[in-house]
Amino acid sequence: MLESRIPEGPLAEKWSKHKDSINLVNPANKRLIDIIVVGTGLAGSSAAASLAEMGYNVKSLCFQDSPRRAHSIAAQGGINAAKNYQNDGDSVYRLFYDTVKGGDYRSREANVHRLAEVSVNIIDQCVAQGVPFAREYGGLLDNRSFGGVLVSRTFYAKGQTGQQLLLGAYSALSRQISKGKVEMLNRHEMMDVVKIDGKARGIIARNLITGEIERHGAHAVVLCTGGYGNAFYLSTNAMGSNVSAAWKAHKKGSFFANTSFTQIHPTCIPVSGNYQSKLTLMSESLRNDGRIWVPKNKEDVIAIREGKKRPTDLQEEERDYYLERRYPAFGNLVPRDVASRAAKERCDEGYGVNKTGQAVYLDFASAFVRYGKTEALVSGVKNPSEEKVIELGRKVVKSKYGNLFDMYKQITAENPYETPMMIYPAVHYTMGGLWVDYNLMTTVPGLFAAGEANFSDHGANRLGASALMQGLADGYFVLPYTIGDYLSHDIRTGKIPTDGIEFDAAEKKVKSDISGLINNDGDVPVDDFHRRLGLIMWNKCGMSRNEQGLKEAIQEIQELRKEFYLRVSIPGVSNDFNPELEKALRVADFIELGEAMCVDALDRRESCGGHFREESQTEDGEALRDDENYKFVSAWEYTGSPSEAKLHKEDLVYDNIELKQRSYK
Amino acid sequence: MSNTGMLKSSLAKKYFMALTGLFLCLFLVGHLLGNLQLFVGGEEGRLAFNNYAKFMTSNPLIKVMSYITYASILFHVIDGFVLTIQNKKARPVKYVVEKGNRNSSWGSRNMALLGTILLVFISTHMMNFWWKMHFGDMPIYKGVKDLHTITTNFFNPNENVMAGGAMALYVFAMISMSIHLSHGFQSAFQSLGISHPKYSPTIKMIGTAFSILIPAAFASIPVFLYITQA
Amino acid sequence: MNITLKVWRQKGPNSLGSMETHQMTDVSGDMSFLEMMDVLNGNLIRAGKTPFAFDHDCREGICGSCSMFINGEAHGPGRNVTTCQLHMRSFKDGETIHVEPWRSSAFPIIKDLTVDRSAFDRVMQAGGYVSVNTSGETQDANAIPIPKHDADEAFSSATCIGCGACVATCKNSSAMLFVSAKVSQLSLLPQGKPERKERVIRMVDQMDLEGFGNCTNTGACEVECPKGISITNIARMNREFLSSSLTSK
Repeated sequence: MLESRIPEGPLAEKWSKHKDSINLVNPANKRLIDIIVVGTGLAGSSAAASLAEMGYNVKSLCFQDSPRRAHSIAAQGGINAAKNYQNDGDSVYRLFYDTVKGGDYRSREANVHRLAEVSVNIIDQCVAQGVPFAREYGGLLDNRSFGGVLVSRTFYAKGQTGQQLLLGAYSALSRQISKGKVEMLNRHEMMDVVKIDGKARGIIARNLITGEIERHGAHAVVLCTGGYGNAFYLSTNAMGSNVSAAWKAHKKGSFFANTSFTQIHPTCIPVSGNYQSKLTLMSESLRNDGRIWVPKNKEDVIAIREGKKRPTDLQEEERDYYLERRYPAFGNLVPRDVASRAAKERCDEGYGVNKTGQAVYLDFASAFVRYGKTEALVSGVKNPSEEKVIELGRKVVKSKYGNLFDMYKQITAENPYETPMMIYPAVHYTMGGLWVDYNLMTTVPGLFAAGEANFSDHGANRLGASALMQGLADGYFVLPYTIGDYLSHDIRTGKIPTDGIEFDAAEKKVKSDISGLINNDGDVPVDDFHRRLGLIMWNKCGMSRNEQGLKEAIQEIQELRKEFYLRVSIPGVSNDFNPELEKALRVADFIELGEAMCVDALDRRESCGGHFREESQTEDGEALRDDENYKFVSAWEYTGSPSEAKLHKEDLVYDNIELKQRSYK
Repeated sequence: MSNTGMLKSSLAKKYFMALTGLFLCLFLVGHLLGNLQLFVGGEEGRLAFNNYAKFMTSNPLIKVMSYITYASILFHVIDGFVLTIQNKKARPVKYVVEKGNRNSSWGSRNMALLGTILLVFISTHMMNFWWKMHFGDMPIYKGVKDLHTITTNFFNPNENVMAGGAMALYVFAMISMSIHLSHGFQSAFQSLGISHPKYSPTIKMIGTAFSILIPAAFASIPVFLYITQA
Repeated sequence: MNITLKVWRQKGPNSLGSMETHQMTDVSGDMSFLEMMDVLNGNLIRAGKTPFAFDHDCREGICGSCSMFINGEAHGPGRNVTTCQLHMRSFKDGETIHVEPWRSSAFPIIKDLTVDRSAFDRVMQAGGYVSVNTSGETQDANAIPIPKHDADEAFSSATCIGCGACVATCKNSSAMLFVSAKVSQLSLLPQGKPERKERVIRMVDQMDLEGFGNCTNTGACEVECPKGISITNIARMNREFLSSSLTSK
């Protein structure tokens, strides 16, 4: 049933051979083929632009008021590429190896190697588009290092790399819109996939301004709809980020893979109150220079919480730099899942430093001194005082992370130059997603998924600066080629009519779902349900999971779902701009997805990457993988309800990498 | 070339505004230098000023310059008028609360108002002197039209009952001009794209000095004439 | 703390709008402005009333969706912040806060505080790109060294989030800061140079067509811009447009 279509041959030749052998569509025929791309993040914008350039007719949808606002824009740290500009021994193989290892051996070798191969093209492409990456004084591109690796391969544009890359892709998209090759539909949300004869042949969409339900036919549909971290309500995702398109595809036959694989990012600003609507990430790049600690003694913790002591009052020997203590080799630069769990462990033990007990310090004091000393030497300051050194060091840190420090100050009203930042892990990215084959096609023929929406490249944990890489790799360099393999059989199909029974039925279903919600005589706002779902997910399907908790969560979510349809209250009408209705439609899908995540997490009785099952850990509390029983991708087939989903296993084959227990000690 | 044409684009309107504005600044300097002769008293001053006035109305080169000046004023006014209309149209519904003073100077937001005050002033000013000089019944002194007497009498409370009001009007107009220039001078350079971290501060400094010194010098003349003749 | 909110209510593009008053109690200073609006909307829904429609998405100051004119200023009294980054601690207990949508004929109101900013997209489509195909077969990224200073300057121009605060704040509703930021970015980089003449002309033409007002150099835009984009970009665009108009064929 699961046909991953991984090409034969040696790993390093698979992609080029595949490209050489897949069917092509001739340019005249491309003009006869329509493709719908949903979402305009890095994957969606780049895919729409590339497909249009190749000659296909593209329709692109985004729910935001402009394609430039997709949430890829918020990525801060950078994008990896195996350029080896720093001459520190980087290579395509090393990037491939780091990514598979970082993902705790739960990703496909062939996909990851392809990703590493095209990573170098991404940088060339972006520079050609006018993306202003950071440069050194010699005029060449600068790099920095990120968690989980031992080389510097991350390209960046201050703390706004995602923004610059997305604006690059948006500019390529804009160019195609101006040429009439892409029809852009802003403020449109996909409501369902329409299948004809088993193939995806279009979508039902809702115009968010007028509320009108529209039919769009196409020869193929590409979902670039991002991740679903908002199932946790509080996450670093944008408020509008949602799972609906992917979930609708799932219900129409696309398998959902590794649903529960969620990345909890270690460096976010802690929750401050129950009105909180989202969490803000502090780039992982801060861990290059910041040291993470909590007090060694509980008395100090209490004194700090009560405001009797300040963190700066504590001497070095009174501090527990727990990452450096536990992982001497990688220290503060361990991968995200490891850093997050370590923070949770300390806070669960009662060492959390803010009033909620859920925060640790990220301290730049030693970076100020280290940079200050170098700066004093460079700028010729002789015998500088301690204050002078710190002052110089602060300047250097400001030039590197100024915008992040400002952001922190803005949100917390504390000055991170004076006192250490407080951070806590938060949901950030979902490695799980729609199952796709090597061509990025889901189990529904003609329905593709790219970027965070698919499951393919990051295994059970994503390395920093790899999401941007994957989004652009899929959109610019993979999907535009692989989609031809499918579409080459469609050149004689002709325009897809939207007046058939399949479109009728899909539209009818969408309309009845909407009227069911809007006419519900409830009294509870949508957000309340979303918040409650988030709490269940965070407590029982979050950073650590166990059988009992997951079983409880499934039951609680099922009850929540019943209550939702009974009591949700949506003001206004459906044929109008109605943000509450949009939210309700998304939350309805999140509730089902939440259950599916717990089902997946319950099934996988091993710990791997971000998925930590308490039942499966080493003596010193590290994640313990079970390769004998779980070296597979869980691909779930929808059969009526999330709990009844049928599991299909795609066995993972490692021909080129030896599986090891991951160690960052 | 631009579709809407260089002449019609919003930026072109700004170039013309800037160029005419800067030319009028030059004119102000010339005009002021002539007027400063009114500080010279007695027979000597009277002769010098009248000869200067004659030169200004008869020299062909000056004539050409004066036509350019008229055109500049006209263009500056029409262009400013068109810009203002367009700008009003760009925001048909006003804000209920708007705090412009938090982000910009009063003068920069009220160039049209200041310009209108200056236009009214220029009209009366030209009626009083320029019109008389060209078409009016002028006294002749030693063979030339005696603009000096016309001018000094205009601000002489013993000759003109309105002299005090005239002086006040002139001072008020020069204050308006000062505010107009304080934004306009440096704004012209910005419109023409002349901006650089090295010399922009100097342009701003010159602009500030210009906007204070020139109007102050102009205003000092009626004040001097009024006080010395009272 | 307690505050009085006066919020713009407008049913649709062609309806007349007016300010609506609401009392808010127990507002925490740590709330962001939008979280305070969430609380207001929650209260309205529970009371069977209609919540206010407003644009928002990332809530970390980078997507450019949020767009409120608060107490007479775009994105409120803070500097270098968007509405979502503005926190209630910036206001005093008992204060009256006016919340209005961006107002410009180029940004028609859709509903309440939501406006249509697609004019910005059309300006970008007119030329805000480098015409390079996405083949990946371009030259190596390090083939053309770019002086760090130019790269940094291009970057600061490129940090524009397209929120429209410049238009909202400008007394003339001029879009010069937005357009000039993109023109600057691409004219500063060698990759953007081949098309620089056509680009600036096409983008300015589109800007004029959209009905934005004219720049009168008040400088308000750079003060209210949440990303601190400088009006030196406007000067650069003026320069680019002048030389392009005079020399292009």
